[in-house]
Amino acid sequence: MNTNKTKRIVVVGNGMVGYKFCEKLLSRIESQAESHFDYQVTVFGEEPRAAYDRVHLSSYFEGKSADDLLLAPVSWYEENAISLYLSDPVVAIDREARTVRSHHGHVVDYDYLVLATGSGAFVPPISGVEKEGVFVYRTIEDLEMMDLYAKRARKGAVIGGGLLGLEAAKALLDLGMFEAHVVEFAPRLMPRQIDAAGSDLLKNQLEELGLHVHLSKSTREITGEDCIDGLQFEDGEKLDVDMLVISAGIRPRDELARHAGLETHPRGGIVVNERLQTTDPAIYAIGECALAHHMIYGLVAPGYEMADVVVTQLMGGEKDFKPYDMSTKLKLIGVDVASFGDPFIEEPACRTIRYENKAKGVYKRINISEDGKHLLGGILIGDAEQYNMLLQACKNKTILPPDAEDLILGLRGGEEAGAGVMSLPDEALICSCEAITKQMLCHEVEVNGQTTIETLKKSTKACTGCGGCTPLVKDLIQGVMKAQGLYVRNIICEHFDYSRQELLDLVKMNDLRTYNTVLDKFGTGDGCETCKPVVASLLASLWNENVLEKGRAPVQDSNDRFLANLQKGGTYSVVPRIPGGEITPEKLIVIGAVAQKYGLYTKITGGQRIDMFGAHLGDLPAIWEELIAAGFESGHAYGKALRTVKSCVGTTWCRYGVQDAVSFAVRVENRYKGLRSPHKLKSAVSGCTRECAEAQSKDFGIIATEKGWNLYVCGNGGTKPQHAQLLATDVDDETCIKLIDRFLMFYIKTAEPLMRTAPWLNKMEGGITYLKAVVVGDVLGIAEELEREIQALINVYECEWKKVVETPELRKQFTHFVNAPAKKDPTIAFEELRGQKRAKEWA
Amino acid sequence: MNLTIEQNDTLTWHLACQASDVPEDGGVCALIEGRQVAIFNFARRVEWYATDNECPHRQQMALSRGMIGSQGGEPKVACPFHKKTFSLQTGKCLSDEEYGINTYAVKVENGLVYVAL
Repeated sequence: MNTNKTKRIVVVGNGMVGYKFCEKLLSRIESQAESHFDYQVTVFGEEPRAAYDRVHLSSYFEGKSADDLLLAPVSWYEENAISLYLSDPVVAIDREARTVRSHHGHVVDYDYLVLATGSGAFVPPISGVEKEGVFVYRTIEDLEMMDLYAKRARKGAVIGGGLLGLEAAKALLDLGMFEAHVVEFAPRLMPRQIDAAGSDLLKNQLEELGLHVHLSKSTREITGEDCIDGLQFEDGEKLDVDMLVISAGIRPRDELARHAGLETHPRGGIVVNERLQTTDPAIYAIGECALAHHMIYGLVAPGYEMADVVVTQLMGGEKDFKPYDMSTKLKLIGVDVASFGDPFIEEPACRTIRYENKAKGVYKRINISEDGKHLLGGILIGDAEQYNMLLQACKNKTILPPDAEDLILGLRGGEEAGAGVMSLPDEALICSCEAITKQMLCHEVEVNGQTTIETLKKSTKACTGCGGCTPLVKDLIQGVMKAQGLYVRNIICEHFDYSRQELLDLVKMNDLRTYNTVLDKFGTGDGCETCKPVVASLLASLWNENVLEKGRAPVQDSNDRFLANLQKGGTYSVVPRIPGGEITPEKLIVIGAVAQKYGLYTKITGGQRIDMFGAHLGDLPAIWEELIAAGFESGHAYGKALRTVKSCVGTTWCRYGVQDAVSFAVRVENRYKGLRSPHKLKSAVSGCTRECAEAQSKDFGIIATEKGWNLYVCGNGGTKPQHAQLLATDVDDETCIKLIDRFLMFYIKTAEPLMRTAPWLNKMEGGITYLKAVVVGDVLGIAEELEREIQALINVYECEWKKVVETPELRKQFTHFVNAPAKKDPTIAFEELRGQKRAKEWA
Repeated sequence: MNLTIEQNDTLTWHLACQASDVPEDGGVCALIEGRQVAIFNFARRVEWYATDNECPHRQQMALSRGMIGSQGGEPKVACPFHKKTFSLQTGKCLSDEEYGINTYAVKVENGLVYVAL
């Protein structure tokens, strides 16, 4: 081969692996810009569209469009000078002349040919497969045809209970079938991945979700005239269905290779060596069409690895394709299923630990080496949170903790079991889709300072495939930063060399009231979007003056800036306060009338109030004018402030109630409304121990007892939910309020910016015991001061929207165009949804 | 993203608003020749800036509502949607190099703000 001239590479197949090959080739060429390599790439694809994400094919039925699934738009190929022929499969290879000929007659020369023809659905020879209403589940075209046919079908079935079959069954449910059946020949579901016990549990879970599962069933015939009307099984039983998807396995697309005289396996697959060369060394095969190490690798990760192996060789490097781990984790119809290493190895070759909780729908199995030191494999169903950790422990042969069951049973009141991500060896593969090791990620964080998921995604491509490694990568970032001592002192930003708590004390002692005076006295530079909201928040927490006055408006965060929640598209949402969730019919009518008048989408919130979306900036003052006239006040849904105090009806109506929960909730909400804090504050009052108001998930929650109230604090929902902890029992109304006063003020004064009460408590040395000692026992002797401070804030409360409505200078800020105040932003657009409107999707 | 500004001889000064309409250390949006322009009164530095009002990340007309500030001395604005930050001098995105915005010349005369388009 002449190394001086351009190398011509032809890729046959534009599926996920074929695309990944192009992507990897380009990025490798880019990073070796100085080299003498010069390539010309031609790609032929059989399907009418460019490569798309086949792994997430079922999301097409959840509303994703075919374009959403594209791995790269057609323009990407153009921009990178790749000649792409779609709807044009290669029909012949002339190995002598080194050319390929396509269906449309294009003849292209190659120096290297890469076969990435993938696989087709295997359709078993059952009589009747040709009938209308019988489908395979492979391409977007298959999906489109199913979608069309499903409109006249009510009962659907899938033949095949493997991974793809269950995906297809989900598609049937998404298509709105009244009945969906799965028919599997083997005695268990997903026979390649999970064991009998796991299959039993998965079957139960799937049946609860409305799927009918038939095991050990062999189909003799597909019945019906022109269209399918049922399945006849070998055991004599019959099943009426009017739609069928066959997902009984895959068949490698090796016919092109076979006709070209390359070696293929009698049962399918283009035979390749360790370098992925076919019997013609100028021709490679990658992905599901290739038979490597005597097997077809039917997953995307090994396919990507194959692409990498070939790219490396074409760039002059050396790399072999090693037998690839077939571990997998996926969510099937909402049920987590994972299988890794050797899931089936049995005693006495290993020790097996099983955990099963049928009520919760969880099954876990791990297989441990006889000496108890290494993890060999396992299965997780219903809860696969530990998958990444276990997979790494398995692959890297990490030494297990003495109590190996901790690996699957998790933390039971103690230190973290086994080892976190930091204990993994450097070469541990964290992102298996993109083959990125712990060492590569650590290097990015330590040396290149990529300390957020977003920047790491950009620089390494980690988490961009299946996304399953994201939690692990987050832990890794934190672990590396901690190891570098980066969390030692939490200064606010480059403009303030103080922690929030330090700055709060300084601002208070110096009686500062505006951002600029604080910056002049204690900061440097011009400020930024980090310190401005922090200072704005602590000014509000200290003085409770209107946030938009005295030049404070431009330092407020996005929502506080216009006292409303900025939503997708540039409109705002409006939430009036409804204390305790109690509202009169008259006020409900006002909300309805206002929403109707200004064309707003309405929704009941989780906090027992009503949110109105889609308000133009310029309409906000008029909307509030009407709401205020009807007796409403700001709900501070836009602020890091007290949001709602939810309640159940308690003794006023409920036959179980022991205290008047609504009255107390109304009192508590009215006491703390407008109180700004490091993060939002939520509360609830329940009228008895049944806890209908869910008070234990709140920053402060109150639950009625026969004798008074139990007060719980520091509960949070959010990403990492945490139950509130008991602070005081059987206290009366006044004591309860007093304790909440102290608790809130202590939190406001000591928490870091944007830290909710649960993480605040978690970081507090001594935890709830210490918090109790401060708030209830007053060991610091500050209780009286805390009470006085919060009372001062409560005394100066006024509805900030009322102030805006009544103050022309404030009101005039609420316009989109400064030079055309009556004109609305013409770019705002809505879409229709269930008789209301919604924001237009991001472009 | 094309960041080049047209040659001076093709620029025209347009009256945008009164200087007192623009909050100190904040911004407003003006409609000029059908274009949405964000104007910032960086009072702390006694400087004025004008940029596109549209944030290129999600095509939202929002930059005038963003917080301004500095990063190592470079004046910037943060989009209120997802906090992408842009240099007020060059229009370059400081948090994600994929994006950029146009910047425009501004002058204040006799209490009136003019933008060159």
